[in-house]
Amino acid sequence: MSSPRSSSLLAWPATSSSRAGRPAVSQEDRRRTRLKRKIKENLTAYGLLCAALVVFALFSWYPIVRGVLLSFQQVDFVNAPTWVGFDNFAKLFEDPLFGVAWRNTLLFTGLALVFGFAVPFLTAVLLNEIRHAKAFFRLAVYLPVMLPPVVTALMWKWFYDPGPGLFNSALGAVGLPGGQWLDSSGTAMLSLVFVSTWANMGSTTLIYLAALGTIPGELYEAAELDGAGLWKRLRHVTFPQTRFVLLVLLLLQIVATMQVFTEPYVMTGGGPDDSTVTVLLLLYRYAFVYNDFGAASAMSLLLFVALGVFSAWYVRLTRKADQS
Amino acid sequence: MSSPWSRTVSRRMLCLLTAGGLALTLAACGDGDNAAQTGGKVKITVTGQPPTSQPFERGVFDADVKEFEASHPNIDIDPHEGFMDPKTFSAKLAGGQLEDVYYVYFTDPAQIIARHQAADITEAAKSVPHINDIKPELLDNFRDASGKLYGLPTMNYTMGLLYSKPLFQKAGLDPNKPPQTWDEVRDAAKKISALGNGVVGYADYSKNNQGGWHLTGWLYSMGGDIARKDGDKWVADFDNDKGKKALQYLHDMRWTDNSMGAKQLLEATDVQRMMGSGQLGMYMAAPDNVPVLVKQFNGKYEDYGIAGMPGGEGTLLGGEGYMVNPKASPEKIKAGLEWIQWKYLNPDRFEKHIQQYVDGKQPVGLPAEPTPDVWTGAVREQQLALKAKYANVPAQNFQSYVDTTSKIKGSIEPPNAQQIYAALDSVMQAVLTDQNANIDQQLSSAASKVNSVLAQVK
Repeated sequence: MSSPRSSSLLAWPATSSSRAGRPAVSQEDRRRTRLKRKIKENLTAYGLLCAALVVFALFSWYPIVRGVLLSFQQVDFVNAPTWVGFDNFAKLFEDPLFGVAWRNTLLFTGLALVFGFAVPFLTAVLLNEIRHAKAFFRLAVYLPVMLPPVVTALMWKWFYDPGPGLFNSALGAVGLPGGQWLDSSGTAMLSLVFVSTWANMGSTTLIYLAALGTIPGELYEAAELDGAGLWKRLRHVTFPQTRFVLLVLLLLQIVATMQVFTEPYVMTGGGPDDSTVTVLLLLYRYAFVYNDFGAASAMSLLLFVALGVFSAWYVRLTRKADQS
Repeated sequence: MSSPWSRTVSRRMLCLLTAGGLALTLAACGDGDNAAQTGGKVKITVTGQPPTSQPFERGVFDADVKEFEASHPNIDIDPHEGFMDPKTFSAKLAGGQLEDVYYVYFTDPAQIIARHQAADITEAAKSVPHINDIKPELLDNFRDASGKLYGLPTMNYTMGLLYSKPLFQKAGLDPNKPPQTWDEVRDAAKKISALGNGVVGYADYSKNNQGGWHLTGWLYSMGGDIARKDGDKWVADFDNDKGKKALQYLHDMRWTDNSMGAKQLLEATDVQRMMGSGQLGMYMAAPDNVPVLVKQFNGKYEDYGIAGMPGGEGTLLGGEGYMVNPKASPEKIKAGLEWIQWKYLNPDRFEKHIQQYVDGKQPVGLPAEPTPDVWTGAVREQQLALKAKYANVPAQNFQSYVDTTSKIKGSIEPPNAQQIYAALDSVMQAVLTDQNANIDQQLSSAASKVNSVLAQVK
């Protein structure tokens, strides 16, 4: 018995545009048949994909669209929402905390980059260098990631306690004066950055380690033969070879740190003197303390737009740098 | 043996079934009000059922539900655990899951009414027995500007000064003569913190809106206010001598006397932990804190006393009540009000309710549960007499509080209270964490924030 493919080849008439005696229509037909077969073969995958798409549409995309609509509406969840134009945005701009929250968030992001970007990279380089007990040190670095964020925050709250907390007790034991840590508007944000860096550096370090593992050993050997020291090896081999991972992680970290919430919510409640009120904390207050979902959605839309614009600009910039 | 085709078909079927099941589940989630009225019975969902971690309170509640249903055969109560959770309130309302009768703090009704999230019960409440014996200022908390009623108060407290009698004794102070003025509080705090070993004389909140709440208490105690009506508009009323005086006290106790400890950004649970572990002399609180301290920290009722609000010019009134879902039918509203009245506002059940507490070896005689302090006139007298009759805690420890409360002015919380408290938190934090805080500047900056909040009050 002939295959469907061969029978279709016989059935289609030749055309003037045919090459090597093969009619173009039959080529088209072959393409269609191939497509049909492929669709049939992957039907299960498409079915599962559809279910996933439905879930995404309902639980991810619909809330996003609804959020955008809410930011232009006043809602009480009893009567139909009323359109208020840009009133919610105007309300936000009038709130004296709005500017403070953005300033604090940018400060947190800046500080988190200094520590959260550099420290894991250096840790990864060190972990990559050591020869013995590698697995132990990797686990030790990753352990904090396994703690739930709220537990981490509460634990550090005790570390920072200006009375009998761990840090001040340790400082007191060696005769040094204790700090105010979270209780001073000068140090509160920095204290939160430390917590965030400590809690999240495990994952970042592992990604760096994986990237470092892909660098061919010959490059280091060649560099060493050329007399390159640690810094020169880092500068001329490690950085260029891990550049892509570094750039992607930098972007991810900025996007993540701009959304900081758990640490200020649990540890300082935005204080002292509003020095740790972040965009997400203010958004949370609008939504769940003031029950103003319109203003909260407007705030999240602003954050979304800011991060979207930043990400697009960043990707463009890195692509340009790559091309040059 | 099955062919590859039939396997594909069955896999496809599985996918379809999965997707179909998912769709059905989601459809079921959106199913709101169900058969609320079957066979002439009205079924209402109510909040306020205590969690199982509080077995006594839970037992009382469940027994009350049974008793109510027996005496009201046409009403079915479907109790739901929990009280007011602002995080889920609007989501429940939007999803049709909000209970028919729901619990609120006194800070919330104004906003809930403004957002039309409660049913108008003005007419229905007229038939509620003893409604005219409830303190009018508490009912006013549930009214809108035009006087329509949207809820009923079921508990009321006023702020006082909770103190540790053992620490008073150790510091050489008379535990039976608690401080009556803020100067006396300051002196007592100094003496208590002088005991050392991390003992703190006086603590106050400054986090998660609780700082603003307590600063309001401070201002009321000095005859001040947070907001006042100026024509049709509300304006901030604390950027003045009284606001400055309150903050100066806090600043001096924290920095000059060092009697407030080094750790700040405290909230209720932190301070209760300090008091429960015997590390704190005094804090501003309502009497309902005493059972919490005793139960959570295995303390004794004898060890705690409550004085009336220092300053003696006024105090902050707070409390709780119940409102009705705006989507509830008139039958449900009627049934809901019957439940609220029978369970919470029922002078005929005072004695039985007190007996439940006595039988459960729970405190009776505190100016708090088992009967709510919401009454005036003869009903109040009846309630006080019954509580005195069954008292099993040293009532003299709370006498100063009871005496003061009946003499001084009680003021309810300002409109849009939570937003205002959030703005005032930062003022409390400034004076308690920064020795060089500029009080004038803090007050004027907070006043501009609060004025923008008050501008939204309808």
